[in-house]
Amino acid sequence: MAIFVNQDTKVIVQGLTGGQGKYHGLRNKAYGTQVVAGVTPGKGGTDVEGIPVYNSVAEAVAATGATASFVTVPPKAASAAILEAAAAGISFIVCITEGIPAQDEARTYNTLVRDFPNVRLLGPNCPGIISPGKCNIGITAGEIAELPSASGPNVGIVSRSGTLTYQALYELKQRGIGVSTCVGIGGDPVPGTSFIDCLREFQNDPETHAIIMIGEIGGSAEEEAAEFIKANVTKPMSAYIAGVTAPAGKKMGHAGAIVSGGKGTAQGKMDALRDAGVKVGQNPTEAGELMAEIVAGLR
Amino acid sequence: MDLFEYQGKQYFARFDIPVSKGDVAHTVDEAVKAADMAGYPVVVKAQVQVGGRGKAGGIKLANNADEVRTHAGNILGMDIKGHVVKRVWVENASDIAEEYYASFTLDRGAKKHLLMLSKEGGVEIEEVAAKNPSAILMLHINPVDGLSAAGAMKAAVDAKIPQNAQQGVADILVKLYRCFTEGDCDLAEINPLILKPTGEVHALDAKVSLDANADFRHPEWEEFKATEELDAREKLAREKGLQYIGLDGSVGIIANGAGLAMSTLDVVNQVGGTAANFLDIGGGANADLMAGALEVINSDQNVKSIFINIFGGITRGEEVAKGIVEALSRVDLRAPIVIRLDGTNAEEGRSILANAGIPESKLTSKPTMLEAARAAVALAK
Repeated sequence: MAIFVNQDTKVIVQGLTGGQGKYHGLRNKAYGTQVVAGVTPGKGGTDVEGIPVYNSVAEAVAATGATASFVTVPPKAASAAILEAAAAGISFIVCITEGIPAQDEARTYNTLVRDFPNVRLLGPNCPGIISPGKCNIGITAGEIAELPSASGPNVGIVSRSGTLTYQALYELKQRGIGVSTCVGIGGDPVPGTSFIDCLREFQNDPETHAIIMIGEIGGSAEEEAAEFIKANVTKPMSAYIAGVTAPAGKKMGHAGAIVSGGKGTAQGKMDALRDAGVKVGQNPTEAGELMAEIVAGLR
Repeated sequence: MDLFEYQGKQYFARFDIPVSKGDVAHTVDEAVKAADMAGYPVVVKAQVQVGGRGKAGGIKLANNADEVRTHAGNILGMDIKGHVVKRVWVENASDIAEEYYASFTLDRGAKKHLLMLSKEGGVEIEEVAAKNPSAILMLHINPVDGLSAAGAMKAAVDAKIPQNAQQGVADILVKLYRCFTEGDCDLAEINPLILKPTGEVHALDAKVSLDANADFRHPEWEEFKATEELDAREKLAREKGLQYIGLDGSVGIIANGAGLAMSTLDVVNQVGGTAANFLDIGGGANADLMAGALEVINSDQNVKSIFINIFGGITRGEEVAKGIVEALSRVDLRAPIVIRLDGTNAEEGRSILANAGIPESKLTSKPTMLEAARAAVALAK
């Protein structure tokens, strides 16, 4: 088991003919992901190293039966690409595009909620999702993800920050701890998938025995997750929050990463998570060590 | 990007939101000219991006040209909480019957637009929220539906705006919402939104923050960028397309991804060091960007060591390595580099660095973030 995707998930890449799309689409395929088609308007009928390219998502879905899409198109075109995928019957959309205007994100998200309530959007501005050994959609380097073991215990990872998602995978790999699924939800103001969506899935996934959560300063997503954990998550968890030393009022790269008016501080988030029974590390390595202790206890 | 009040008012005017007649002035003479155009009495207002201007003496009423001269002379150059006043906004003074508050932001938790409307304006809205929260109407708006004229009218009624001002307030709400959405604002706030004795409603102040991601569809933002107050390092970084924030420590930081960059700051701090900056070279960083990042760090005299922390996803290890090699050939770095390189094509990257003939006094490689942080901090002492 894994959450959201598995070895049977058929994936199309919107933007496969672009530089990043080709690079990561082919890497995903090489990892073993069923990358069945690419979509680039005007380039239908061509192929990218044997992967057929279609003019529209609808054509690609009709030809391949794909249910997931990897959206890697520029910010200007991303919202339209996401909505096109949803309208064509794709049920799981991963958008890695960075730099989409917040107004577009808010409109796109709420359009999905209204018109396509069964579609899940992951991102935008996220690294994607990997279920080690089964499916890798996005930009994660597959080799840093430890395969889950049949007997467990395996860990689920959910992270708001791209590179810290890799760091978390790496910390577990170093310790030989298997990963069920690793989800990068992205740090933008309106993420399609929240911490809570992932925590709920991990709680219900029999292959996941413990969970690592990586958050960062800004917003209130971690505090909301802490409330959810308190009420609903029985699996043991460790966490790390980036940005303890970030100065207030400064935008730390992500639109999300900003402390304003004393709200959204790392300390407040860590306190909320500790209060919910989560073991909180001071850095990613410590969160990994805490997870190693948890896993040792489960073995 | 935060706008100055005068820029906010100019932006409001594009969406037909009524503001006072006035102009911006950089000198006393310009201020007098602006006042003559606006019509007396006028208000001379310091243009700084910090609250408490009035209390600091940065807002003055002037009844004639001599008074404008005196006040503009005093205010220009004034230091308000560390912000030096370079410009004043001079506008026709308004008679005020009542003061309200209106703003639109994105509520990230609810993933909807949020209208805040209060009949108690003219003071800090946080103060109203603390003392009398029921005086603020908070209304979520679904971005798909938008705000209709009827919806705006209902908001004005629900916020208990007096009847004679409701229509005027509702009209401005619709325009301000357009400014917020079509104008790609993170925040569009009017405080105070005033009712004049003559019955008109009008924006007396403007607080606008723009979403930098929407820059590509707003050529009119160029003039706002020209007045942004960045330090020299931040300016250089922006020219090179880097996310940079200057801090005052001694370890220069380069990382890919905002989260990892923040985490790098945290770890440097934990092992007893201080970061000189936050620098995110972003996803897909190439050799050119890395070389640019090193040039920016090198321009900071406080930097004693440089910690490059890369975990490749989109960013590829060999590109990072090429960038470092190129930067070392292009710039004479004053401080030694400690690098930690992992993820996509990290092996290739490490071998490029190992075979480039860089002396160990200039570059050392460490396998983990913590070890690299310790080494960088030791070098900075």
